[in-house]
Amino acid sequence: MHSSDDAHAPQFAVGIDLGTTNCALASGPLSAERLTPEPFGVPQVIQPGEVATQPLLPSFMYLPAASELAPNALRLPWDGEGVTRDEAVGRFARDKGASTPARLISSAKSWLSHAAVDRRGPILPWGAPDDVPKRSPLDASADYLRHLKAAWDAEHPDAPLARQEIVLTVPASFDAVARELTVEAAAAAGLPRLRLLEEPQAALYAWLADEGAAWRKQVTVGDTLLVVDVGGGTTDFSLISVQEEDGNLQLERIAVGDHILLGGDNMDLALAYTVKAKLEAEGRTLGDWQIRALTHGCRQGKEALFSDPSAQSHPLAIPGRGSRLIGSTLRTELTRDELERVVLEGFLPKVGAEARPQARRRMGLTTLGLPYATDAGITRHLAAFLGREGLPRGAGHSVVHPTAILFNGGVTRSPVIRDRIMGILTAWANAEGAEAPKVLQGAHPDLAVSRGAAYYAHARQTGGLRIKGGTARAYYIGVERAELAVPGLPPQVDAMCVAPFGMEEGADAALPEPFGLFTGEPVSFRFFCASDRREDALGATVDLSAVEELSPIETTLDGEPGAVATVRLHARVTEIGTLELSAVEARADGSGDVPGGRAWKLSFNVRVE
Amino acid sequence: MENAPLSFGARLVLAFILPWRLLFNGALARRVADAADGRPQLDPPADPVVALEPVVQPEPVVEPEPVVEPEPVVEPEPTGPDYTAAMQILAILQREGRLIDFLQDDLTGAGDADIGAAARVVHEGCKRALGEYVKLAPVRTEFEGDAITLSEGFDASAHRLTGNVVGAPPYSGTLAHHGWKISEITLPALTEGRDPHIVAPAEVEL
Repeated sequence: MHSSDDAHAPQFAVGIDLGTTNCALASGPLSAERLTPEPFGVPQVIQPGEVATQPLLPSFMYLPAASELAPNALRLPWDGEGVTRDEAVGRFARDKGASTPARLISSAKSWLSHAAVDRRGPILPWGAPDDVPKRSPLDASADYLRHLKAAWDAEHPDAPLARQEIVLTVPASFDAVARELTVEAAAAAGLPRLRLLEEPQAALYAWLADEGAAWRKQVTVGDTLLVVDVGGGTTDFSLISVQEEDGNLQLERIAVGDHILLGGDNMDLALAYTVKAKLEAEGRTLGDWQIRALTHGCRQGKEALFSDPSAQSHPLAIPGRGSRLIGSTLRTELTRDELERVVLEGFLPKVGAEARPQARRRMGLTTLGLPYATDAGITRHLAAFLGREGLPRGAGHSVVHPTAILFNGGVTRSPVIRDRIMGILTAWANAEGAEAPKVLQGAHPDLAVSRGAAYYAHARQTGGLRIKGGTARAYYIGVERAELAVPGLPPQVDAMCVAPFGMEEGADAALPEPFGLFTGEPVSFRFFCASDRREDALGATVDLSAVEELSPIETTLDGEPGAVATVRLHARVTEIGTLELSAVEARADGSGDVPGGRAWKLSFNVRVE
Repeated sequence: MENAPLSFGARLVLAFILPWRLLFNGALARRVADAADGRPQLDPPADPVVALEPVVQPEPVVEPEPVVEPEPVVEPEPTGPDYTAAMQILAILQREGRLIDFLQDDLTGAGDADIGAAARVVHEGCKRALGEYVKLAPVRTEFEGDAITLSEGFDASAHRLTGNVVGAPPYSGTLAHHGWKISEITLPALTEGRDPHIVAPAEVEL
């Protein structure tokens, strides 16, 4: 029926930013000629028994003890009669969890991309006592999306979220496994149909949305744009080049940085410990509870001092815990000197373009916790990114000198931080005779990613401008080296490229050489990736030291146990934005696939033994 | 007829509603008490705020026993003002800015430095809370100290006239205080079962 088709047709372009510390959703009508995405306010529990609508949904989950809260304290407006919740998501979870960290799930997204743990296993809150109910990184991510979906559906009963054109953002540094798990989390939340987009690209789309047609005047052919995205917990870089195609400007994402677990929260904590040391030197002591208030105060002090260059210090008053306020409040201050020493020198040191992050110290015992960056110098990570092999540098340059910078993420709201990064990039450019970069003025660094994602969802439907990119990594499987076996030594394994760098959506790559695989039993391949090997062609073999190991891929080829099937490995970039690997029945002479032959999908095995 | 006796059904309804309304509505109780004493009924005073004469507490009215077990016909209407939102504002200001702690504290003997430190906590938190839930705007956009003219029909509830108030508008004067008005207020929705009287829960560290 025509009418029911209409009812099911998507009406909105929706962008969802599933962030490490905050989630956001933005949308606009698909029918608009030019989309100006609007942020969507998310109702959430802000205190037990209180619900308010906020522009961001903090990506935190709190799991209260059985009788900790009143029965209906966590009810949401869309909960039916008799529904009781045993978890809180959003602002109350974040605030409550600060004082009861053992029951708080935070940074679920970073866990989702952490290959050393079982990402489908109930492991969060990490290290919590046994009586705390646990969830998997995947479940927690799904719960945040479920909350956004329920909030949207309550406000749009005639246009449920699952039926809209959805674009969900992921860090550019997410590998194929983390992307696959993100899509799985969305499906578990009831959003089976969506596309993925890299966050720095989304930030650039938001800039395009705000600039309108004027963007073409701001950049020219041959420009290289650098997106610097410093959020609460992560830092992400992307390079985008401006090219010309059929007389039109085209954008192509040419490189993405590694996943760096370092952001504004680290800065606030570093400041708090600096002030704490100062107080302790004066003989005053602080309880755990006061450290949290101090961290909060330092964040405000940081923002205030950075936005008012004339102020020399920011007063900090840390209340005591009891009902007596006067006399129990600690009074101190954050000085500009401390701020600059900790944040600018510690996190954004003035280094040369040849600087590199200090290597992770190898310790005898490593814990499985999140792999936080060991070098807090964001500018050293930036130098390493711009100095990567294989990037298109100018003649005689040791690093790429971007021509324009787009800042994103809450930390970059501060003009002092932006100026600092610009100053360092300018110094690098000047040292090698390159042109100094300029700033592309973006708006709303907290909401840009979700707004840009909505803009992209609209552009896909209406044929608007799209950033080209393809996969940001090359992928490899482990193959045993064909050589004489040496007793007592395991066979040597090489990495063979199955999906070269830059595969576009819909592209399908097949290894020319067929494999013989046993049917009727599980077969497994080691799986690897590299973000800096643009030159490896399909089938190229490289040493394992050049690549990073991911979760293995496995499948069970149906058929008689013990029989051997001849297959070729295919890698395809799906419309969703994930990498799909499959084994397709092939002719033994290497002349291609069997027409109409069988095919088996290979899936990532994220279990950790 | 206005004085015709009520039907049994209407009396039944009244018998259920009245005790509640008497309990929470002092003015009504006064009139019922007067009627029961045979005193003539007066119109309620025009200004409900002004009540200078001492009011005799009415005798609790004895609930007439119903003959049959009645169906619950009408829910007793909640009467009296609803103070939930007011209590909620206090809870928010306490939570974010420790306002109640500050006001309940004793300033006698406290040094100005300590009071100042506490005032920073209160100011910072209450300002943040106000900014989040209440949008404030000045009533007048002129600068304080500017000469302004109030034409006839000005909003008397939004302006307080002081000094030499004679004659009829237009009035000319100086803006002493620009005033504040709430242009928007959104309070968090309270879920059922949340006792709004608790403006700060007791904290117990385990």
